[in-house]
Amino acid sequence: MTFSRTTRRVLLVALALGLAVIYFPLLVVFLNSFNSDTTFGWPPGGFTLEWWGRAAANDGALAALRTSVEAGLAATAIALVLGAMAAFALQRYKFIGRNPISLLIVLPIALPGIVTGIALNNAFRTILGINLGLFTAIVAHATFCIVVVFNNVVARLRRLGNNLEEASMDLGADGITTFRLVTFPMLRSALLAGGLLAFALSFDEVIVTTFTLGAGLETVPIWIYDNLFRPNQAPIVNVVAVVLILASTVPVYLAQRLSGDSASGGRL
Amino acid sequence: MPHQAPDVALGDHPPAASAVPAVRLRGLRKNFGSVTAVDGVDLDIRPGEFFAMLGPSGSGKTTVLRMIAGFEQPTDGTVELGGQDVSRLAPFDRDVNTVFQDYALFPHMNVARNVEYGLRVKGVPRAERRRRAADALRSVRLDDYGRRRPSQLSGGQRQRVALARALVNRPKVLLLDEPLGALDLKLRHEMQSELKQLQRDVDITFVFVTHDQDEALTMSDRIAVFNAGRIEQVGTPQEVYERPATAFVAGFVGTSNLLGGRAAEAVIGMAGLFSIRPEKIRIDGDLARPAGPGETVATGAVTDVVYAGAILRFEVALDAGGRLSVVRQNTDGVPGFTDGRVRLTWRHEHNFPVTGSE
Ligand SMILES: Nc1ncnc2c1ncn2[C@@H]1O[C@H](COP(=O)(O)OP(=O)(O)OP(=O)(O)O)[C@@H](O)[C@H]1O
Ligand SMILES: [Mg+2]
Repeated sequence: MTFSRTTRRVLLVALALGLAVIYFPLLVVFLNSFNSDTTFGWPPGGFTLEWWGRAAANDGALAALRTSVEAGLAATAIALVLGAMAAFALQRYKFIGRNPISLLIVLPIALPGIVTGIALNNAFRTILGINLGLFTAIVAHATFCIVVVFNNVVARLRRLGNNLEEASMDLGADGITTFRLVTFPMLRSALLAGGLLAFALSFDEVIVTTFTLGAGLETVPIWIYDNLFRPNQAPIVNVVAVVLILASTVPVYLAQRLSGDSASGGRL
Repeated sequence: MPHQAPDVALGDHPPAASAVPAVRLRGLRKNFGSVTAVDGVDLDIRPGEFFAMLGPSGSGKTTVLRMIAGFEQPTDGTVELGGQDVSRLAPFDRDVNTVFQDYALFPHMNVARNVEYGLRVKGVPRAERRRRAADALRSVRLDDYGRRRPSQLSGGQRQRVALARALVNRPKVLLLDEPLGALDLKLRHEMQSELKQLQRDVDITFVFVTHDQDEALTMSDRIAVFNAGRIEQVGTPQEVYERPATAFVAGFVGTSNLLGGRAAEAVIGMAGLFSIRPEKIRIDGDLARPAGPGETVATGAVTDVVYAGAILRFEVALDAGGRLSVVRQNTDGVPGFTDGRVRLTWRHEHNFPVTGSE
């Protein structure tokens, strides 16, 4: 498709505006985390690392960070195992109900968080009789983290086909050796990409978390929400927000690099 | 252990006729749901043979090959390798290797690792497998390519790596599924003679799938012609070309003329369906001249002349009914026949009966 010069300019301006609307506020948060002027007016005042130091010494913020990392890692681990196994089962074996089951696995990512949250809360407390804690939040996060791992692995398996595995068996390797030397290396970058995305999803989740995390525990986004309107905490909130932004965007960026690079056969 | 005759004695027998076939298929059948891909195939492939499976798309060649390799379970029938029934064995327990149509090289390993893969999984010590892989790469003239990734090779080079990766295991039988299909014409011709040479050197049975009749005719010791999941004929290239058993074979291998019905009775003097190769027919304008001894003669009118450089092709409508194509070397240019009337002659033995329909 070719555009006239004017059209092209209009499109470029629209693109720039769109990106500015999204990223300018984030940039302000970032700058304010180094802003020595506590009124956070515009333009920013001097540069300081004080807020970062105060955040690093803030017990509430640190506890929240630890909870988030623990929940994220655990949910990602569960998602990697279950998501990859589900992907194998559905991609390599034909059975009745394959398509509906695929849909059921993917659905949690589309379900409204509030519904998932309430449903899980109800299931944990009244049906299973489990007290809410870190564990319940991890299970809740795993339900949607599985989706991204599953999708990544299914896409990779579909593109790989059976050819390489057949070639391996033809050359004398049994099923386990084939998995170890061929299938798994070819899946590694897809698993890593899926895991990174899953971690990012878990790290910035709020709604499901509020319904499934035990009392007295806070994740990073929930800590921010709680401290947002306490004036003396405002500078630290900015710092924590920057951490949250990084923890949820860097994995996405890496995951994209990995998926784009996968044509090289997953050299990782 | 019972006493056995010394091996030397075996050398006195002609190997081909008496030896156990390298591959024996009996009543082989494969259904995919309601599709019958292979419909009862019986076949013996001799040790050391260059054997081609020729047939149109969808005729079941790949499916037969995959059942020999062990990737598909036969719905019915058996596969024997060197006299042993392997129908129920997994691919990794069969002494065959495959060169896949898309080569299926492992993209995450370099060329040397690809080639030594089979030895590695069989537990051959590192030093020996490195040496054998290097030898195999040399035999396909890729000595210096060991460190490259498959993605850094041309199509022809990948093809040769796939060949080396299979041959390094010294299988009894090598299966090749249209290994030259992805190559351009020139490279293809080069690889055809290379492959043939290689097969003579390594003395391994090659089973080669192709739908290119020239490739099958020029390369193989014997050909099986497939049609709709069955074998129509097995024979040497000469037998298949000169004496096609069925109308299908006559039409698929080379171009063929078929004469049947009243035309056959009038011209050949027998009822039935007959095939005549276009290059066996002489064409001239001497309408009155009678047939020579051992010759069949027919008159007709030229309906079309196709100029193809080295040859000319005439389409002739016979007075007795039916049509024949005739090709002739372009020695004297395009001849003019009076009113397009011509006389066609050929030797009796060049029309032969085939089964099937026109
Ligand atoms: N896995 C499968 N599932 C269903 N049908 C199949 C399968 N594999 C092959 N077939 C069908 O079996 C028939 C024979 O296929 P096959 O691949 O053996 O043909 P072929 O002779 O190798 O053809 P080509 O020259 O196009 O490669 C075809 O009708 C094909 O559609
Ligand atoms: Mg095929």
